[in-house]
Amino acid sequence: MTEKKIRVLVAKPGLDGHDRGAKVVARALRDAGMEVIYTGLRQTPEMVAEAALQEDVDAVGLSILSGAHMGLVPRVVDLLKANGQGHVRVFVGGIIPDEDVAALLALGVTGVYGPGTLTDVIVEDIRKAVLPA
Amino acid sequence: MSPEEANSLAQGVLAGERLALARALTQVENDTPAGRLILSETFPHTGRAHRIGVTGSPGTGKSSLVNLLARHFRQPPAGQAPRRVAVVAVDPSSPFTGGAILGDRIRMRDLTGDPGVFIRSMATRGSLGGLASATAGVVQLFDAAGFDVVLIETVGAGQAEVDIARLAHTTLVVEAPGLGDDIQAIKAGILEIADVLVINKADHPGVDGTERALRSMLEMAHPVRHEMHHHGQIETLHAYAAAPDPNAPLWIPPVLRTIATEGMGMPELMAAIARHKDYLQQSGDWQRRERFRLQAELDTLLQEALVARWRETVSAGVYQQAVDDLLRRKVSPHQAVSQLIGPA
Ligand SMILES: Nc1nc2c(ncn2[C@@H]2O[C@H](COP(=O)(O)OP(=O)(O)OP(=O)(O)O)[C@@H](O)[C@H]2O)c(=O)[nH]1
Ligand SMILES: [Mg+2]
Repeated sequence: MTEKKIRVLVAKPGLDGHDRGAKVVARALRDAGMEVIYTGLRQTPEMVAEAALQEDVDAVGLSILSGAHMGLVPRVVDLLKANGQGHVRVFVGGIIPDEDVAALLALGVTGVYGPGTLTDVIVEDIRKAVLPA
Repeated sequence: MSPEEANSLAQGVLAGERLALARALTQVENDTPAGRLILSETFPHTGRAHRIGVTGSPGTGKSSLVNLLARHFRQPPAGQAPRRVAVVAVDPSSPFTGGAILGDRIRMRDLTGDPGVFIRSMATRGSLGGLASATAGVVQLFDAAGFDVVLIETVGAGQAEVDIARLAHTTLVVEAPGLGDDIQAIKAGILEIADVLVINKADHPGVDGTERALRSMLEMAHPVRHEMHHHGQIETLHAYAAAPDPNAPLWIPPVLRTIATEGMGMPELMAAIARHKDYLQQSGDWQRRERFRLQAELDTLLQEALVARWRETVSAGVYQQAVDDLLRRKVSPHQAVSQLIGPA
């Protein structure tokens, strides 16, 4: 049997066109031995949830710089649940005000990361959240 | 995963449930006991899908073409029924970390939201030759789930990718103008596995030269088709089947130009794929390829099983002694085999 691989979808929902941060995270996860499904720019929440289902991922990383996180993230979380993927852990990166961070965590988001977060921290958090203790 | 859970996933796959299919694919990809059980339970329901391989050097436009092919199968010309399409896209794992970035979906965003399409990305996980070792199993599950067409995008090493030729009924080899100087880059081996040759990026300069070079190489390649490497030896497909019909027409791989970014050349490519499928069915090659593929799979499993069973019967010491003797050049590898399992 092959050792269990962590599979992560890295998506860039919303309309802003910068995916540098998303790519940096994708590479860090790859370098940590994970399989990263990278879907590119301008994904709708529906597209994110559908890809997460088809790829049977363990985690979804959303990079949102447009400020639209309070519209996009809850929708992704709801769609994952509706598709029977409530176990999939959601991580959010972007410029997110403190009060929104609290709201997102309350929604069930596992981690929220601002600019300058060390990728090692994200890698470790995903590992901890996904692998059985 | 318990056998009961695996069984219920298998039933879900056969019923066309997408979540069950996604989870079953993971079990198959990880080669778990549950995955093997699911493959066995769904196997009787396979053999219908048209498996189309898409291979060629990196960046030639394979994913873009897969996206267009899927769209054309979903929205065929009036009078034809839309086909359900699965896509398996393989990208390389890093040999150093085991991780991978699977990016083929970027070019396939047009396909989202269509319940008649299912895309799955796979990493090679250490296997060479353009596919992962579990790709055949993944394709089999899509077949069992009722997808009419399975498009398989390989890593695209640009080398002779015998694995895809064996797995697919129809293999598209995608080239593009200006890849190195020039056509030296195109190995004769990859032409031999092509059922259809696609020159994508036909909007790029040099396309005439690329086409000329491909056509002349094609003329030199193989009058005898259907030869495949099997365990390092060349065996003809025909050897495993009823004598081929000498009157059956020979398939000459067409050379087609496309511009995937504009959809140019797609009706012609779709028509060539349909013609190749007809040819396979009328010539009996469909059955022959199927037989050859299953025999190769059986041989591989037999080898693994026989070696594993034999290893249980000999002590590690005897085996290590044989390796030591090899190292000291006391015996040759052939002699060592004779000593270990008796003369042939
Ligand atoms: N000009 C032009 N660009 C194209 C054409 N087809 C694809 N491209 C572009 O070529 C780049 C690579 O296309 P992909 O479809 O990702 O190629 P690929 O063979 O799947 O690449 P890998 O999977 O990385 O090997 C993208 O930027 C495409 O937009 C074409 O016909 N003309
Ligand atoms: Mg590709």
